[in-house]
Amino acid sequence: MIAALTLASPVRRDLLIRGGLALGLVAVLLLAALALPPEGPPVSALARNLAPSLAHPFGTDSLGRDMALRTALALATSIKVGLFAAVLSTAVAVVFGLAAASHRLADRLVGVATELALGLPHFVLILLISYAAGGGMAGVILGVGLTHWPRLTRVLRLEAQTVAASDYVAISRGLGRGPVWIARHHLAPHLIPQIVAGFVLIFPHAVLHEAGLSFVGLGIPPHLPSIGVILADSLRALMAGHWWVAVFPGAGLMLVALTVERFGEALRRAADPSEGVA
Amino acid sequence: MTGWLGRLLVERLIRLAWLLPLAMAGLFTLVSLAPVDPITSYVGARVAEVGPDQRAAIAQAWGLDAPAPERFALWLGHIARGDLGSSITFNAPVAQVLAGRAGASLTLIALAFLMSFAVGLSLGLTAAATRGRWPDRAIRGFAVVLTASPGFWVALLLIALFAVGLGWLPSCCAAPPGLTADEADLAARLRHLILPAATLSVVGTGPLILHSRARAAAFLESPAARHLAAHGARPGWLAWRPGLRHALGPALAVHLAGTGELIGGSVLAETVFAWPGLGQATVRAALGADAPLLLGIALATLVVVFLGNLAADIAARLLDPRLRQA
Repeated sequence: MIAALTLASPVRRDLLIRGGLALGLVAVLLLAALALPPEGPPVSALARNLAPSLAHPFGTDSLGRDMALRTALALATSIKVGLFAAVLSTAVAVVFGLAAASHRLADRLVGVATELALGLPHFVLILLISYAAGGGMAGVILGVGLTHWPRLTRVLRLEAQTVAASDYVAISRGLGRGPVWIARHHLAPHLIPQIVAGFVLIFPHAVLHEAGLSFVGLGIPPHLPSIGVILADSLRALMAGHWWVAVFPGAGLMLVALTVERFGEALRRAADPSEGVA
Repeated sequence: MTGWLGRLLVERLIRLAWLLPLAMAGLFTLVSLAPVDPITSYVGARVAEVGPDQRAAIAQAWGLDAPAPERFALWLGHIARGDLGSSITFNAPVAQVLAGRAGASLTLIALAFLMSFAVGLSLGLTAAATRGRWPDRAIRGFAVVLTASPGFWVALLLIALFAVGLGWLPSCCAAPPGLTADEADLAARLRHLILPAATLSVVGTGPLILHSRARAAAFLESPAARHLAAHGARPGWLAWRPGLRHALGPALAVHLAGTGELIGGSVLAETVFAWPGLGQATVRAALGADAPLLLGIALATLVVVFLGNLAADIAARLLDPRLRQA
């Protein structure tokens, strides 16, 4: 990744544009949530069910609350939960991947854990873990955070094994370098870009799964702003023809997931030597 | 021919033999961890009428005081006898709930599977045939946006457009109000099936478009395709005839391996449309702390995902003889 940043290439240009877009969007939403009152926009009996206009670009809901503000607050919640869950999943993947690469028995155990985690559909497993944790905020973060590690674990395990088996590591060892030196100078430069890219790529999945869990009523509690809860409540408004109550919050979530996913893909390509140098 | 199939089946049976007990232990642990009092969730609203003596009696009759391994053994014994317990939410044996709802879910999943396969493969081939030009870019953009869209939101958009705006299709349930699915005629049932199936098909379409495009594009850039083109074959024909043959096997394998994700997506799709299948039952079981039903559904899903993966491996080998050697 660092090498790619110093190269003038389409990969680098992509990375800068997409990274700027994704980080900018996330930062704006988080700052907006800080600036807005945490209890959300005020209820207004005079402004109920208004279609989108200049005063209310996303319209208002059945209680007269401004949908643009509700969407921004909900997206900020999604981003925070997504970040927590992605950190958790990345940590699990780093521990599992490195353990599997360094020890045969650990490799078998991680393999079994991966098979088990992939044995159930992803969303069903999230639902079960969230249920085991008692639902609510802790349930979402654990459910989403403990299920997104298999892909990154595989990538890190393979990468670590490849580096450890390489000639230059053998030469380093022959020159008397200790395992810590090798881990710092040979392993880390290969693994850290993969970890960063993996972390960013987990985030959009985590955000979408969180919204799904909240939508069916097993995720973020209804008194907190969240896209899943807004969309679950929107079904009745939708039947009355108030399409804006559902369209804009979902589009906002899609936009967040999409920009971060594109950023993650660009990072992954920059981290991949076969593409990043091109 | 049968050599590779036999080897594959034996290997998978061995895997199932160690995977299933571990998965059952894992599921049992998860459900036991839940901070839910089984007696409270069983008794429901009349929990105040149950005194401490009665609680103790129920706990003893159910073996709730026993240590976890003993309870696990008890549960395994019941399952071995074909007894999955009884569901609190539906007030019926779990096996009966599973059997009664599996049909609705399977219909939905099968139709969504076919729809996304047809759409994904044809868009992927079209993109490969026009690679680098605007149809390709539009289709790839569509695939990426589709992958980032929450499925239940797409369901709401479809309802807003086709059910509320245009009034063409119903937005709820598997049959018209007042009728059960068995009483409704075929046309009515099909009309109720379209929107849920379209919603569910969104799950697999995006990745399938990109995958079949990549496979067909790899063929179209190969010497064989250049040879055919030099003889005057048109790009469209190349993509849709020999290109299809190259992309079909891998696309089908990827699609079958994604069966599990379709089941996951059906939980959301069935919730939006109040579709009377297993996905909806999963949500109601989790909301109602219905541990026996949750375990029953998880076990059934585990087996279906395993069979889906096996079917994917067999299909891949049938369509590509080179894989049989491995």
